[in-house]
Amino acid sequence: MDWMTEYKIPVGDAAEAVFNWLQKHGAVIFDGMAEAMEWLIDAILWVLQSPHPLIVVAVMAAASWFVHRTWKVPALIVVGFLFIMNQGYWEETTESLTLVLSACVVCMGVGVPIGIAMAHRPRLYAWMRPVLDLMQTLPTFVYLIPAIVFFGIGMVPGLIATVIFVVPAPIRLTYLGISSTPTALIEAADAFGATPQQKLWKVELPSALPQIMAGMNQTIMLSLSMVVIAALVGADGLGVPVVRALNRVDTGLGFEAGLIIVVVAIMLDRALRVGEDK
Amino acid sequence: MTAVSFENVSIMFGDNPKSALPHADKGLERSEIQEQTGQVLGVHDCSLEVQEGEIVVLMGLSGSGKSTLLRAVNGLNPVVRGAVHVNNGGDMVDVVSCSKARLRDIRQHRVAMVFQQFGLLPWRTVSENVGFGLELAGMETAKRAETVKHQLELVGLNDWADRKVGELSGGMQQRVGLARAFATDAPILLMDEPFSALDPLIRTRLQDELLELQHDLKRTIIFVSHDLDEAFKLGNRIAILKGGRIVQSGTPREIFSNPVDDYVQDFVANMNPLGVLTARDAMEAGTGDTAVDAETPIREIMPNLAQGPVTVMENGTAIGRVSAQSVVARLSE
Ligand SMILES: Nc1ncnc2c1ncn2[C@@H]1O[C@H](COP(=O)(O)OP(=O)(O)O)[C@@H](O)[C@H]1O
Ligand SMILES: [Mg+2]
Repeated sequence: MDWMTEYKIPVGDAAEAVFNWLQKHGAVIFDGMAEAMEWLIDAILWVLQSPHPLIVVAVMAAASWFVHRTWKVPALIVVGFLFIMNQGYWEETTESLTLVLSACVVCMGVGVPIGIAMAHRPRLYAWMRPVLDLMQTLPTFVYLIPAIVFFGIGMVPGLIATVIFVVPAPIRLTYLGISSTPTALIEAADAFGATPQQKLWKVELPSALPQIMAGMNQTIMLSLSMVVIAALVGADGLGVPVVRALNRVDTGLGFEAGLIIVVVAIMLDRALRVGEDK
Repeated sequence: MTAVSFENVSIMFGDNPKSALPHADKGLERSEIQEQTGQVLGVHDCSLEVQEGEIVVLMGLSGSGKSTLLRAVNGLNPVVRGAVHVNNGGDMVDVVSCSKARLRDIRQHRVAMVFQQFGLLPWRTVSENVGFGLELAGMETAKRAETVKHQLELVGLNDWADRKVGELSGGMQQRVGLARAFATDAPILLMDEPFSALDPLIRTRLQDELLELQHDLKRTIIFVSHDLDEAFKLGNRIAILKGGRIVQSGTPREIFSNPVDDYVQDFVANMNPLGVLTARDAMEAGTGDTAVDAETPIREIMPNLAQGPVTVMENGTAIGRVSAQSVVARLSE
């Protein structure tokens, strides 16, 4: 069986060569991206951290009331955050929320246009499908490495890793929504002389809105599931105490931080279930 | 004035539609053409003139190519050979060969459409749906609201203006569809079996409403139907399609009295003759007590016949009479 291993196909070397080339020639692009993302992260962080925590919680509770028109969700949010503050995790929670929100902004900003383009161009769809599969099946740790190489340590590489893992979801759901617009509606728009732009804005997007919103919910929940991995590349947030607990084999700390993540997940999940209230 | 003229229109579906033309020219049927070329014949070599202000009904069994021919008028189906000229405010534009921008202009201002399955946007209210065509054509909001309100009055839906269309019954939804088409002020209306999805009572009511609207608004209507009674009720002229070809066209009476082949004969045999026969058709020699014009529908004369025969007049002279016996004799022919 020696002939099998005699020549090893240089997968690893090739990947490294590609990354080296990208690092050398794509520096401007990556720096620009990093700067934009840092700006976004700072802005969201400032909004969440500069007011008094109780004011932030009150605003969030009020917003959820406007969306849901029931006292249950705001009550859950108030109780949840009070518990988080009691445990002393407010700062970490705002950092993680920042990561989740920036990932949401980036993923929707990138994913929706790509999903639309794929629905309109069958060839692009054929190309993108395997790419999306790869992005979702490649173990997350594998692309943490180039994320560090390109963007160093901190919130930005954490955001990048999160986006790579999460963005296929809104892309797929947008694609699904746009391409399942009933033909009858497309034809009605055509028959009344719609331009491609009008067709997109007045027919396809409204028709795909439920799927796009579902894509946003998935984006947020999937991003939250990435906070621990983001902590490995130096992103602040609730992942940090989890990683620290892992290093020190500190069961108590691990449970504490884990429970906080669960509480945040429950609050987000309820807040995002618009239209399912009784 | 001609509103729409179909000139030798052929439409084929498939990856190489042109390859089917020679076979279709030889007169082969759809199934044979599909076997030999893999292309599906939509319609072949159809010619028809539609005059301004008339209702022309495209009739035929399901799959005969009615919708395909209709959809050639606003370019929803690509024409492989032939031309479809549409009156664009005086000059006739060939929608098959004109530019995209011109086609869009025609769709916004000259040709509107009503669909069998309504084709309404479910997330919009009734008024937003009625205003859809105007919105696409870029009409300003205030003027649009006014036009929409007027249209809703015409179809009797004012009270429903702010409801979502999904809350309406089928008949009301199709009223919205009609209002949307009438709202654009397009002189030519395409209607693809607009009433077929509705139950019979509502269907009859909407047919009557359409005739009333048409009486006031005088549009050119090309109407698709598979129901000969509907065709004879609405149509000034009828074109009968079979297997993608027009087999006979003419006024309802011409078709009823002279069906060209068994296919048309079968259609005619299944319809209610009272819908087309006029006094002239059921005449016998002699005179009666009261007088009616030769073109009066038999249906209107029937109640009078109980009191005895009526005289049929044409241009001031009596040309015969209609009696209960003569009507029965004509119907049992
Ligand atoms: N988009 C299409 N692609 C392929 N075949 C079609 C398409 N539209 C119609 N056809 C075929 O063309 C023929 C005529 O259809 P259609 O015009 O819808 O008939 P009708 O309206 O009289 O019922 C049918 O055999 C139908 O299967
Ligand atoms: Mg049809």
